[in-house]
Amino acid sequence: MNPLVLWFHKLGSPPYFYRLAGRLLPWLWGLAAIGIAAGLYGGLVLAPPDYQQSDAFRIIYIHVPSAWMSLFIYFFMAVNGFIALVWRIKLSEILAMAAAPVGAAFTFICLATGSLWGKPMWGTWWTWDARLTSELVLLFLYLGVIGLYHAIEDRRQAARAAAFLALIGIVNLPIVHFSVKWWNTLHQGSTVKLFGPSLIDSRMLWPLLIMAVATKFAFAASLLSRARVDLLELESGKDWARQIALAEETSA
Amino acid sequence: MSHGTALGACRALIVRDLALLWRRRGDALNPALFAVMVIMLFPFALGPEPQMLGRIAAGTVLVALLLAGLLSLDALFRSDLEDGSLEQLVLSPHPLPLLLACKIAVHWLTTALPLLLAAPLLGELLFLPPQVLGTLMAALALSTPLLSLIGAVCVALTVGMRRSGMLLALLVLPLYVPVLIFAAGACDAAQQGLPVAAPLLWLGAALVLALVLAPLACAAALRISLS
Repeated sequence: MNPLVLWFHKLGSPPYFYRLAGRLLPWLWGLAAIGIAAGLYGGLVLAPPDYQQSDAFRIIYIHVPSAWMSLFIYFFMAVNGFIALVWRIKLSEILAMAAAPVGAAFTFICLATGSLWGKPMWGTWWTWDARLTSELVLLFLYLGVIGLYHAIEDRRQAARAAAFLALIGIVNLPIVHFSVKWWNTLHQGSTVKLFGPSLIDSRMLWPLLIMAVATKFAFAASLLSRARVDLLELESGKDWARQIALAEETSA
Repeated sequence: MSHGTALGACRALIVRDLALLWRRRGDALNPALFAVMVIMLFPFALGPEPQMLGRIAAGTVLVALLLAGLLSLDALFRSDLEDGSLEQLVLSPHPLPLLLACKIAVHWLTTALPLLLAAPLLGELLFLPPQVLGTLMAALALSTPLLSLIGAVCVALTVGMRRSGMLLALLVLPLYVPVLIFAAGACDAAQQGLPVAAPLLWLGAALVLALVLAPLACAAALRISLS
């Protein structure tokens, strides 16, 4: 078998994933901490103040990365949900459901920081603008997925039902992303562009990009920590899980 | 053993559902009554000035009908689940999406259509400007089936649960938001004398899409919940 395919199949095995995630976790947490520290230092100290908003613009270094993460994590959750529904891979169910609370947290951070930013700049905490409203709907979709997952007794059936809901809700992702283009409202358009030059000065841009990468690591670390616990709980009847529990008990 | 044709099964299902509803025909009026009650609350809460009520009338009627539809969603599969006929439906040799589409159609006919017919009355209660009524009816005619279809998928996901009321609202309402935005957009345009075609066409497009996809999604969701 192709080594990559073999590795992929191995990854689907709960004990293998549990050990691999355990080895990766310190690195991921470390990279996330270093990245966030560097990004925040760059953003809050090194980057020059904005010509219009002066220092108030610096909330961008929290707001924009969490907005990106809210969409990225939803997409991640939906892809894993799709895999879970089509190929019935247990690990994908776990990953999709472990991603939901993290995504909801990032969405909430995005909305809260946006609200804090909006008060001095727009003169209001909240406005029914297309971008804000669609992001709020995204938060409710996350909460719906989490709620459905916890409402069903059987864990695997719950994960499949919630994954299905996540797949339906994916129609909201393009709406969030393109809302500033389709409806010309208060929220500004994209400043950072994947294709073509960004509309932001490079001295302000690099901490933002570092934050974007660091939040990915933070998400990965949080996701794997949650998934490990969920996996142990789901597999508590299995031999490997029991061995780990026994090892924990003797070491404690 | 012959199973008959899929069309025959659909017809039998529709006749059965209609007969069941006819036996309890008093219940069919409940959603409309609920909508009237909700509408009645607004003049009490906001004051009876015709001008102000007229401005919010279209939106209020939309929201009242949406909520009434939400409350009636729970009944879509409830009794079938309790007497076991839902499982028979899933096990039947006929295509499940088709059968579910029939169920959703009957549900729409019996819960949303009375609401639709009551809408002019509700609008009149709130002093709805006459030039908006046509647009409001068109928006409702397009959006209520859409709401039933989207709602059916979410109901299918929560079908086995005992206390699914609040959860169902949490699942359904975010998905209802875009429908409400376009329906309200059409009414708003009519109120200002602007062309209303664009939002209505969006609703129509979404309805066509949902007519095709929602029964399939509903069937998949039902199989997950009953597995």
